[in-house]
Amino acid sequence: MKDCVIEAKDLTKVYQMGEIEVHALRGVSLKVNCGEVLSIMGPSGSGKSTLMNILGALDRPTNGSYELDGELVSSLTDDQLAEIRNRKVGFVFQSFNLLPRMTALGNVQLPMRYAGGKSGLKERAIEALESVGLGDRIHHRPNELSGGQQQRVAIARALVNNPSIVLADEPTGNLDTKSGDEIMELLLSLNETQGTTLVFVTHDPEIAAQTQRVVNLLDGRIKSIDNNGFHKADESV
Amino acid sequence: MSLFQNIIEALESLVSNKMRSSLTVLGIVIGVGAVIAMLGIGEGAQQTITGEIGGLGTNLIFVLRGGDEDIRNPEPLTMQDAEALMDPFNAPSITGVAPYVSGTVEVTFSGESSYISGNGVTADYDEMRNIELMEGDFISEAHNLSRAAVAVLGPDTAENLFGHSDGVIGETIRIEGQPFRVVGVTESKGGSGFSNEDDQVWVPLSTAQVRLLKRPANRVDVILVQAAGPDQVPQAEEEIKMILRVRHRTPIGQDDFTIFTQKDILDTASMITSTFTIFLGGVAAISLLVGGIGIMNIMLVSVTERTREIGLRKAVGARKRDILVQFLIESILLSLAGGFIGILLGYGLTVLIDAIAKASDVVLNSSIGLNAILLATLFSTAVGLFFGAYPAKRAAELEPVEALRSE
Repeated sequence: MKDCVIEAKDLTKVYQMGEIEVHALRGVSLKVNCGEVLSIMGPSGSGKSTLMNILGALDRPTNGSYELDGELVSSLTDDQLAEIRNRKVGFVFQSFNLLPRMTALGNVQLPMRYAGGKSGLKERAIEALESVGLGDRIHHRPNELSGGQQQRVAIARALVNNPSIVLADEPTGNLDTKSGDEIMELLLSLNETQGTTLVFVTHDPEIAAQTQRVVNLLDGRIKSIDNNGFHKADESV
Repeated sequence: MSLFQNIIEALESLVSNKMRSSLTVLGIVIGVGAVIAMLGIGEGAQQTITGEIGGLGTNLIFVLRGGDEDIRNPEPLTMQDAEALMDPFNAPSITGVAPYVSGTVEVTFSGESSYISGNGVTADYDEMRNIELMEGDFISEAHNLSRAAVAVLGPDTAENLFGHSDGVIGETIRIEGQPFRVVGVTESKGGSGFSNEDDQVWVPLSTAQVRLLKRPANRVDVILVQAAGPDQVPQAEEEIKMILRVRHRTPIGQDDFTIFTQKDILDTASMITSTFTIFLGGVAAISLLVGGIGIMNIMLVSVTERTREIGLRKAVGARKRDILVQFLIESILLSLAGGFIGILLGYGLTVLIDAIAKASDVVLNSSIGLNAILLATLFSTAVGLFFGAYPAKRAAELEPVEALRSE
């Protein structure tokens, strides 16, 4: 079992927009449990994207600390951040962000190529595609796949390096209801079967309702945390 | 990411934009093609000229009348000067001396006439100038002693006068209106350039002095001297200077004669051709530069277009270096492809220009050496690196969050 700590303490983030300072986060502390399914909600400008970027090691907080799997992410260099993203974080975006020139297989292999390891490269990617139900589509390019299938490829890509946390930013936002439901089902079943830690960033209450905990953000602060009637969250606030 | 994987991805990306990639490559193709063609033609021209100068003979030294511009009343060169140079005691490095006169003469045969270079020469001339006879004999000592009215023709001259260059021995032609009997026709030297060796006429020196070119008694235009070997040329030069200074009573530094060695001529000629080559190559290099700017332009557009892709790559773990290498490889592939096609184009151009030169009777064998190919390959890689560096750096330094947000 992995050393399992995902803990943000007192995060603040200040953007300099010309002469104006924008406080996107004003002190957010959050502990995510391993294997948990969490959603972050809030209106536009509440800081949920900023929080996701920091949790995903895309960005560093202005102040505060963020620890992921025993690594103090908030104090790493750019290249070290890249390595963290590669090994410990998986992203699922609203607009899929697949590379159109590559096949589904190529897209899933992309994170492995940056990981440097060579063994079982292709087999692992095929395995990941099979686990999202696309075993028969591995040589299709994104434009030959439906939106739901494209998002499945993106999920396979997020999972292929076996990350500690998967961040999904409005994963159903560009999909019709049916395929959106299928994607949610897939993500939740992956959480059940593989124990993947999932963090959704959304303003869709239906999605939030399917997660174990909902963190409501407002103006850069945590307004409330709902337990959604699942098991009692531990003392983290 | 492995280099191989990088190259595959770069190729995929370039192929997905075929039109744009090929237009970008075209700039480099033209640049490299021009450089290769110019270097090849320069090399060919140099070889042609070197060969021609070498064809003049071996270890030759030309002595001409007149020194620097401020030397007044230079003494003319005479037969006696030539004889003095033959002195084995004062001039041990000299093995042959051939004084001669030359000028333009009118040659006619049954209505056909042409103005060509006429030379009054001695019996040693042909050997020193490597002139071979196709038919008959060269001017002999007996011809000179008797001021015989005999002539040796170049093959082109014979062709022009008779319509054929064989079987003309014994025919009588007129030079400056006076009858001369043809005693020989020389072998073709494939001449071109300054003076066509194949379109000349040779007569005895004494005959020319008196009857054709009208030189005052004993005067000659040039004294041709042959040194014993390549290493003896400078020594022979010194000996000529010593002897002529004494004979002309000139103080040191005021020689009233000029000495050219074959090497001097060769050096001058190669200086001219290499200056020419550098000039042409420079002009060609400018088009390579323009091609490089084209690459830079396209790579900048490409980085802007693919900002989202760069953001995604960074999100899945690409480091700055990975992105930098990816874009550098794309630009190097573009310029290398341009380089290879350019080499082929340059080769085609030299073949074409050689053919045109041949059609106008100039022997030009342009050669594209391995060094020109290496140079072009190296240069186009460098162009790709240099002009790809800035766009690649811009791509590598994009912030992942910003890049992902772009549309």
